[in-house]
Amino acid sequence: MVTQVTSFTRNGVSDWLVQRITAVVVAIYSVVLVAYLLFQPAVTYQQWSDLFSQTWMQVFTLMTLLATCAHAWIGMWTVGTDYLRVHTVGESANALRFIFQLGCMLVFVVYLIWGIKILWGNG
Amino acid sequence: MLISVYRYDPDKDITPYMQDFDLEIPGGRDLMVLDVLELLKEQDPTVSYRRSCREGVCGSDGVNMNGKNGLACITPLSEVVKSDKLSIRPLPGLPVVRDLVVDMEQFYDQYKKIKPYLINDEPPPTQERLQSPEDREKLDGLYECILCACCTTACPSFWWNPDKFVGPAGLLQAYRFLIDSRDTATEERLAGLEDPFSVFRCRGIMNCVSVCPKGLNPTRAIGHIRNMLLKRAV
Ligand code: SF4
Ligand code: SF4
Ligand code: FES
Repeated sequence: MVTQVTSFTRNGVSDWLVQRITAVVVAIYSVVLVAYLLFQPAVTYQQWSDLFSQTWMQVFTLMTLLATCAHAWIGMWTVGTDYLRVHTVGESANALRFIFQLGCMLVFVVYLIWGIKILWGNG
Repeated sequence: MLISVYRYDPDKDITPYMQDFDLEIPGGRDLMVLDVLELLKEQDPTVSYRRSCREGVCGSDGVNMNGKNGLACITPLSEVVKSDKLSIRPLPGLPVVRDLVVDMEQFYDQYKKIKPYLINDEPPPTQERLQSPEDREKLDGLYECILCACCTTACPSFWWNPDKFVGPAGLLQAYRFLIDSRDTATEERLAGLEDPFSVFRCRGIMNCVSVCPKGLNPTRAIGHIRNMLLKRAV
């Protein structure tokens, strides 16, 4: 049976809100990056590295990474609980959905740690 | 005219199948799909379907006609027939009892869940609970629902989670009681709807709006419920 224990906040209202707010964060970040690249079409490694060594950019990027993961988790959780059910894929649905959710979680954690390493690594 | 009908008799058939009938449609007037079903029944008395009022009031003959849900009794052939062919299937997503007759249990279970009756904890007045004409007007576009299930069985979110997503018909009624000035259980009702499935599985596809034979708008009602839930949360 599909249950909600693995949903992001276990509450439809907050899941819904989180998904909207994180979407806005990701959208603003994308606009900022695209605008930057438009104004600096021939960006050098030095400029790029300087941009990402500023604290505001690091915080903004980390926020966006976290927002992306939360947003994607809610989205993938919804996709999983819509399509991976006994009805559609048979008796193994619960196990399949669990593996699917585990896979998503793994990808998000990797992205997050990798992102943090890039941001605060030594270039 | 070629009429193709979904047939399934659980006592005899292993799987459902489509049976084709070649039907002579009497000219002179635009027949309703229900008239066609009645003519079919003369040819083959085993063709099963539900119907009662034959004027779009009781909601018992919801079927899927050339891919679109509607009431057979008020759907004229001119509206649904394409290239002289009509396919009639049961409402999608619900278990088929026989031919065009579906088991509505899941639909009614969701309806029950929203407590479709007035709850009022104030002492009852001697005569009746009055409502201003303005408050009464808020129920327009909601109370007219005849629970035909055309909308809910056209909703993919209900197909995927019929045990947890209330569905457009149930949510339209949920809103009908949420905004009724005589109902005092708003908080309790909203609390019962805030989980990730009951309301929030609605993806705004609006299939429900496009099929409702009464011209009602469940998507709008769902939007109002969502706003009430958000207001309550922040
Ligand atoms: S708008 Fe919502 S309730 Fe209506 S059909 Fe779409 S998902 Fe279902
Ligand atoms: S909202 Fe319309 S389609 Fe849905 S059950 Fe009510 S009358 Fe039927
Ligand atoms: S027979 Fe009553 S609504 Fe069609």
